[in-house]
Amino acid sequence: MLKRRELLLGAAGSLAGRRLWAGEGDGVEALSSLTGKKALIRRAFRPPNYETPLADLVAPFTRNDAFFVRYHLAVIPEVDPRAWRLEVGGASAQRPFSLSLEDLKRGFESVTLAAVNQCSGNRRGLFVPRVPGVQWGHGAVGNARWRGVRLRDILHRAGVGADALEVWFRGADSPVLPSTPEFHKSLPVERALDENTLVAFEMNGEPLPHWNGAPARLIVPGWTGTYWMKHLTGIRVEAQPLDNFWMKVAYRLPTGAFPGVRFVSQENPQTTPITEVLVNSLITSHVSGARLARGRHAELRGKAWDNGAGIERVQISTDARRSWRDATLARDLGRFAWREFSLPLDTAKPGPLTVAVRARSRSGLQQPDTLTFNPAGYHDNIVQSVDLEVV
Amino acid sequence: MRRTPQRLGVAAVVLLAPALALSGAPRVPSEADVQLKDGPGRELTSSRCTICHSLEYIPANAPAMDRGAWQKTVQKMRERFGAPVSDEEAQAILNYLDAAYSGKS
Repeated sequence: MLKRRELLLGAAGSLAGRRLWAGEGDGVEALSSLTGKKALIRRAFRPPNYETPLADLVAPFTRNDAFFVRYHLAVIPEVDPRAWRLEVGGASAQRPFSLSLEDLKRGFESVTLAAVNQCSGNRRGLFVPRVPGVQWGHGAVGNARWRGVRLRDILHRAGVGADALEVWFRGADSPVLPSTPEFHKSLPVERALDENTLVAFEMNGEPLPHWNGAPARLIVPGWTGTYWMKHLTGIRVEAQPLDNFWMKVAYRLPTGAFPGVRFVSQENPQTTPITEVLVNSLITSHVSGARLARGRHAELRGKAWDNGAGIERVQISTDARRSWRDATLARDLGRFAWREFSLPLDTAKPGPLTVAVRARSRSGLQQPDTLTFNPAGYHDNIVQSVDLEVV
Repeated sequence: MRRTPQRLGVAAVVLLAPALALSGAPRVPSEADVQLKDGPGRELTSSRCTICHSLEYIPANAPAMDRGAWQKTVQKMRERFGAPVSDEEAQAILNYLDAAYSGKS
């Protein structure tokens, strides 16, 4: 059963504010459960796309049963971990081999890393003007501890040829029709060889949940979720750029419009693949329309994250963004994790209280005030504000 | 590896529904609850789109859509995703989607 608080937060945003929460007024926002998951905000039954309600983004680590679910294709096998194999090969791999899950766990050094996984289209439903696609609100994001092995250790066992350009990935999920392109993705070889890129088999100390990529998935800290291949079954080291719909057409931005490392082998003068997560933040303690009791202690809290440079500071304004105060940052959970922030709110005077939050990365980037429009609705990291009232 | 369509997950939930009803919990919603608006072309649209996806993608996207955007979407489903839709059917689906779900202001 849902708790009242979850219902309230899950349906948040039905009140004032220039930007609407996703799904508002469309009659489609509903909470419902997938097997093994708590009630999440359902964006679509099939392929399953479910986002995490705000109430479940309050904890430092997002629970496995609350973590968002995102699929492109509807045939999603329940992979038997005993039968699962990971094929490692490709034209630029010198010694192709395959692994069982036990081989993966025992054959390489295991590491644990805390990282935010954020869908490229998180907040698409807040875009003005609106753009087509899954109409995500704020909840296509979560933070977890991922345990697995370094992809580079696997690649070194296979032997990376001098001409290697990209590493291609495939997963066990597939399309309904053979005419639909399989969801295969690639990474630049240097990102695949980064020590932080993992093949993970545990999430928050438990085996990966089915809906989050069991039995093993790719973890690409600092890069958007599209590269975090679920139900990983194949890795290929190649000297050619991967040429398919999901690389050449989808998940692309206007070239030069955003900061972030370039994916050069996939870039053209017009468009370039989305890569790194932009500095961002989320208020988790309050939603627009909330009332604060006059004279009573109130604290604004939330999370801030970026591409792994780390959060330098979070600032809060209560005077229409004219002046800013530094929020207190909580313990650093790791540079790819999100950072919790808090700041007491002044509740002495009755009346409306609009609170804006902006985060700044150690890379020097700060959340912008205005959206850089792009037709696919990616990279919404503009300064968030909530309209509260002291009564 | 066992290849089980996601539909089986939905079926399992549906099978649980009577037990939940007895316990007084609300009925578990399913894909079948999503119905498109009445209008010419509704059945055709429903039958073709549900080959690959449930229908709430359509109302959910309505605020972002006008005839031109629906035209691009129908074309994308046919050309990029290989939807088995003839030229004639595509026209009827476009007319239906535009009439029922063009919500862009």
